[in-house]
Amino acid sequence: MDFDLVVIGSGPGGYVAAIRASQLGLKTAIVERELLGGICLNWGCIPTKALLKSGEVYEKLSHLGEYGLSTEKPAFDIAKVVERSRNVAKQLNSGVGYLMKKHKIEVIEGTAKLEKGSTAPKVVIALKAGGSRTVEAKAVMLAVGARSRPIPAIGLEADGDRIWAYREAMTPKFMPKSMIVVGSGAIGIEFASFYRALGCDVTVIEALPRIVPVEDEEVSKAAQKAFEKRGLKFRVGAKVTKVAKSKTGVSVDLEVGGKAEKLEAEVCISAVGIMANLENIGVEALGLELDRGHVKTGPHGETNVAGLYAIGDCAGPPWLAHKASHEGVHCVERIAKFKSPNVQSPIPGCTYSQPQIASVGLTEAAAKAAGREIKVGRFPFKVNGKAIAAGDTEGFVKTVFDAKTGALIGAHMIGAEVTEMIQGFVLAMTLEATEEDLFATVFAHPTMSEAMHEASLDAFGRVLHI
Amino acid sequence: MSDILMPALSPTMEEGGLAKWHVKPGDKVEPGQVIAEIETDKATMEVEAVDDGEISEILVPEGTQGVKVNTPIARMKGDAGGPAPAPKAEAPKAETPKPQAPKAEAAPAPKPQAAAPQPTPPAAKTPSNTERVFASPLARRIAQQAGVDLKSLKGSGPHGRIIKRDVEGAPKGAAQLAAAAARTEPRQVLSLEQMGIAPGSYDLVPLDGMKRTIAKRMTESFRDVPHFPLTIDLEIDGLLAARAKVNAMLEKQGVKVSVNDFVLKAAANALKIVPEANASYTPDGIAMHHHADVAMAVAIDGGLITPIIRACETKTLSQIAKESKDLAERARTRKLKPEEYLGGTFTVSNLGMFGIKTFASIINEPQGAILSVGAGTQQPIVRGGKLDIGTVMSVTLTCDHRVVDGATGARFLQAFKALLEDPVTMLA
Repeated sequence: MDFDLVVIGSGPGGYVAAIRASQLGLKTAIVERELLGGICLNWGCIPTKALLKSGEVYEKLSHLGEYGLSTEKPAFDIAKVVERSRNVAKQLNSGVGYLMKKHKIEVIEGTAKLEKGSTAPKVVIALKAGGSRTVEAKAVMLAVGARSRPIPAIGLEADGDRIWAYREAMTPKFMPKSMIVVGSGAIGIEFASFYRALGCDVTVIEALPRIVPVEDEEVSKAAQKAFEKRGLKFRVGAKVTKVAKSKTGVSVDLEVGGKAEKLEAEVCISAVGIMANLENIGVEALGLELDRGHVKTGPHGETNVAGLYAIGDCAGPPWLAHKASHEGVHCVERIAKFKSPNVQSPIPGCTYSQPQIASVGLTEAAAKAAGREIKVGRFPFKVNGKAIAAGDTEGFVKTVFDAKTGALIGAHMIGAEVTEMIQGFVLAMTLEATEEDLFATVFAHPTMSEAMHEASLDAFGRVLHI
Repeated sequence: MSDILMPALSPTMEEGGLAKWHVKPGDKVEPGQVIAEIETDKATMEVEAVDDGEISEILVPEGTQGVKVNTPIARMKGDAGGPAPAPKAEAPKAETPKPQAPKAEAAPAPKPQAAAPQPTPPAAKTPSNTERVFASPLARRIAQQAGVDLKSLKGSGPHGRIIKRDVEGAPKGAAQLAAAAARTEPRQVLSLEQMGIAPGSYDLVPLDGMKRTIAKRMTESFRDVPHFPLTIDLEIDGLLAARAKVNAMLEKQGVKVSVNDFVLKAAANALKIVPEANASYTPDGIAMHHHADVAMAVAIDGGLITPIIRACETKTLSQIAKESKDLAERARTRKLKPEEYLGGTFTVSNLGMFGIKTFASIINEPQGAILSVGAGTQQPIVRGGKLDIGTVMSVTLTCDHRVVDGATGARFLQAFKALLEDPVTMLA
């Protein structure tokens, strides 16, 4: 045996799992075919946040007067905005390299393929530097992630020119004047928000009847209103039938309520569909069981193949970095037979648009559909002192409690800094707080978080500031 | 001004009786002065004053039973303190229930002052078990709604915290069971009168601390410990001969070794041979005790007590004889210290002197087994196809099946039998 554990893929699922494995005394290697940190650090979560910050600051500049400030005519250089984003990614990428070294994790640069082995599959790596290396380990973890799924049938396939997936959208060679974004999930909305902030004419197409469809309905409604105020356009309940290159750039054929429509723009971003990166990895040879294109796993990441585990995006939704990290740690602790209490935490979701969206747990509709008797509270930022002072009065906090037990079962927010605030509710839910605990918790004043307290009070008719 | 509280004289003491006051209001006391005698579950102990001062008020009269630990029993004026402010001193009295005490209380003490307002300690109304339970807020609420007793659950959360999933998996109504188990006395559904015994046809002897403890512990043990008896016969002619020799040798020292001392020694040695019988069940695992701390049941006026010969396997017969004599004497005068009767790992109960042939004792929790020793009597014995006369003694081992199963108990009894039938082997 060369290693106790070989992790394939160094995204936020894989590299975090590797660190935890090393902490638990496992001799660990990690295989990466591209860049340490995976999509998250290099082509996802982090560089998009850098772009969005540029967009946010630029947008604020147009409101300087409201703050009693003025400057010369604001301007941006898209090349420099992208450069900053790339530098941020680079910094974090080398940070992961340092972490691997610190934890004595061997980084093997190359593309892995699994073959039948004894206790666990053998890992055959086509090395980046040339040649191949076979390693054997007691356990192998697939943390190979996922990517956006092209839909060639309708022409929605990144072409590196006018039809973009996230990579092209993150490193534009020019600043488009107009854009069509297909899909209004977190990725689509973030790109739409960024390009709109820089003045692009953006239309977002959503097949479902409302945007950010995984969020609570009230949040969807408020989000659409806030985005439209910024000049974003939406087509909801719209089915894309054809994407094609045209004189202006791209043309997109739609079907909205049975009527055909045609949109034109310079570029189109595809932000629909996710597929696991499971090609050429040996799925068939091993007889690895899949479920809707993802690896089928048990509660601790175990697969049907002895010694093989899978975590993160390749093991199914939600496709979120923090879910991957959490699964990775949990799986490694099982492999190392580390006794952890296996506390169940709900998985929060964040969208870094302007305004931001954050949520955890059940939406009001989902709670009702599950037959739960609920109490719902709301509190708008427009009456929150800190929000007024900061000029960030858009949005609200909404809470969903189980009426019988008083357990917080869902929280939904839209507003300036809600992605930082949601953690308070996640912690409350993980610790199994009831309304009494939220009532009794002291919230610092003045903060936007006070709206969380008020929304909890409101669910029980005890709101103070409305 | 300060209150003197009912002290906890042993780790398990929850309540006690106020046997006697040595002071009265107005008396000056100094540190170390004996002010009262407290009757605990097993012994009567003296309470000493901790501070200088003057007794301003006796809050719990002599003869009061079931006084919870930490209840104020008297009030003291400090040196600097003036007369006690009246409202404060009155306050507890205002809440004082009339002599019809709560059901957990003892019958009124058979003393004249029982007719006077009897300040019942406020603590007596609250559950005695105040041990903190770590549980999530949601787990607490669901438990309350479903009638699940958190104390009956084992937490699976961080550091054993009880979380939602632990409560949801718990059988409903467990609280009632647990509450019943937590009751301090055996259940009595009907009063004697309801059961046809006319009032006035009997005298009621109040339950003292010892009686209560025996009632509670024996009920719990008999009900909650899955127990079974194993009986074996021993021929003790060899033992009797050895005892005669030993005692002849020890005569000059004034030490007399009893049959029971041999039994204690043999039991201790057998426990070392079969350590699985020297064990206690706990929810976390079986506690394998390092030493055979053998308790011996001593009948005393008003009950019994089980003083302990510590590390009995390491002691000689004469040491055991001296120690057991001293412990038994002090047990009868209730002068044992708590550490002398708490924490045995095995008990020997001997009713041979009453001519009892066999009996099965109730396990003294948390011990894994108890040995009941019957009388040695001359009996016909078949030896090699011929009838002979021998002295035969029956012993019965009551086993906690969670710790000692049948074969383990049998192995212990075999070892015990071999040692006792041929006492010279105890030297090995």
